[in-house]
Amino acid sequence: MARKILLEHDEIPGIETYAVYRKNGGYRSVEKALKTMSPEQVVEEVQKSGLRGRGGAGFPTGMKWSFLAKPEGVPRYLLCNADESEPGTFKDRYLMEKIPHRLIEGMIVSSYALGSNLSFIYIRGEYMWILEILEKAIAEAYAAGFLGKNILGSGFDLDLRVAPGGGAYICGEETAMIESLEGKRGNPRMKPPFPAVKGLWGCPSVVNNVESLASVVAIVNDGGDEYAKIGIGKSTGTKLFSACGNLVRPGVYELEMGLSVEEFIYGDDWCRGIANGKQLKACVPGGSSVPILPAHLVTKTAAGENRLMSYESLADGGFASGSMLGSGGFIVFDEDQCIVRNTWNFARFYAHESCGQCSPCREGTGWMEKVLNRLEHGNGNLRDIELLEDINKKIEGNTICPLGDAAAWPVAAAIRHFREEFEWHVTHREESQSRNYGLLLKEPLMQ
Amino acid sequence: MSNTVVDLSKRHSEKPVFSAEKMTEIQTLMSQFPEGKHKSAILRILHIAEEEFGGWLSIETMDYVAEILSIEPIEVYEVASFYSMFNLEPTGKFVFEVCRTGPCMLVGSDSIISYIQEKLDIKVGETSKDGFFTLKTVECLGACGYGPMLQCGKKYHEHLTKEKVDELIAAYRSGEFPK
Repeated sequence: MARKILLEHDEIPGIETYAVYRKNGGYRSVEKALKTMSPEQVVEEVQKSGLRGRGGAGFPTGMKWSFLAKPEGVPRYLLCNADESEPGTFKDRYLMEKIPHRLIEGMIVSSYALGSNLSFIYIRGEYMWILEILEKAIAEAYAAGFLGKNILGSGFDLDLRVAPGGGAYICGEETAMIESLEGKRGNPRMKPPFPAVKGLWGCPSVVNNVESLASVVAIVNDGGDEYAKIGIGKSTGTKLFSACGNLVRPGVYELEMGLSVEEFIYGDDWCRGIANGKQLKACVPGGSSVPILPAHLVTKTAAGENRLMSYESLADGGFASGSMLGSGGFIVFDEDQCIVRNTWNFARFYAHESCGQCSPCREGTGWMEKVLNRLEHGNGNLRDIELLEDINKKIEGNTICPLGDAAAWPVAAAIRHFREEFEWHVTHREESQSRNYGLLLKEPLMQ
Repeated sequence: MSNTVVDLSKRHSEKPVFSAEKMTEIQTLMSQFPEGKHKSAILRILHIAEEEFGGWLSIETMDYVAEILSIEPIEVYEVASFYSMFNLEPTGKFVFEVCRTGPCMLVGSDSIISYIQEKLDIKVGETSKDGFFTLKTVECLGACGYGPMLQCGKKYHEHLTKEKVDELIAAYRSGEFPK
């Protein structure tokens, strides 16, 4: 299932330059779209492709595009979300660093489809060197006539800009990103109105992830129907996964959706198994916000079927025994890792990154961090586990943006699958400070 | 959200002024946004200001940025204090920002943080006596597959080991910037 569409040519020397990229078929989709297709036809192809947003939520891109309001005389904006900050996720970085023109090409075609004449890439501030790579590539695209006025004589104008963030995870949430692009603190907005109606500077806007926009190139080149043939079921196309944690070969992989999780973790073409000859303990398959899976639910579903790398299969079993594909940040834990410590670590992350706007999230993430901190350090009691579940319920669904849910889910899932390990930290306070719990010895009852 | 407050006691002795060349760059950045929307350039300008004026943002620097953007100083303070990349007090010449989040922790960031503390004889948040290094811990920098890692300026240093940390410290001290 090795199939490269996005990262095609990523090993060709000089592919980051316009000349080499163009020589290898780059910018064909712009020629095709601007010369032979109407903007509506491009939208239609993206709808047919079944492409789902690659940032984490998995919402169909074509449908998102169809919601864009088009009032007369009001500018529309396409905004690329390159604020990649979900722990475990480093795929967009790889794509932009290696093949910057792929994103630029995708943005030109997508801007044409949506009628945006000024589009932005919002990139996390820490990726400043990638911002420089992108600006260099954008300058080349202007020089080659693929950006600017009257592109390829089509009458379509497009300016493309890059804007950096400043180190705030919340700016990956689309309305926070828009606030930040307006030069403000990244506090998410109440929805509705959705960005498709009122986004950047109050104008209709579409926010798409880097990988989603880069995928549009293949959809225009080969047609939406062809793209939809790749993958499995409603998980069409290829997906970038960034694998990390205790793996022999962590890194960024492009794969056709439908590959088995087992093959991805252990296969020679992929991650090559758990590092240092250890055993698998758990896996967070889609970035820190998605539920953790214990070893016996990683490669198989609760029903005993092979778990696949797809939106549906990773979610199989719901939150009781499944997880989510999320951002594709695939984090693997070996037998020596402490689940309580990791849950505390993630809780600390969300407490740090909460924007502070909604009380349930601002206070709740702080409380979860404190309670998990004392459990991890041998100062907790058994009621703390119930307390965590209680705080969780009070955050989930009670905040403006999904950060609250993202903070609550990992804690709930860790307790669901590893309750004994949390309890052990209370019943074996001293021992828990000198050694790890190790693997779960018995499998919980199948539901 | 960082809980940073703007500390009025930390000052620059002179009013910061951008060079003519930097000023042109900033004007270009502001002109990339539609008429009247140049406030959007604020984060980019603050990054440049930090680089130009000693690695941190003083009240004087922020007031200067407000002046350039024709906005109220409070609009700059509220932005500068929200985004964790900005230092609102002086730092060492080089700031080591070590990622402490889950994926890096799984591959040993805790021991790298301890080692740097020991080696520089400082705790997280402090600056070494020679003024060369400030040590900070930060949340996920998107290098999860290449951890443990730290960022110094624009540069990512990945796959850290104790030996690599030794080399890094020596290289930054000697002025030959590591690759």
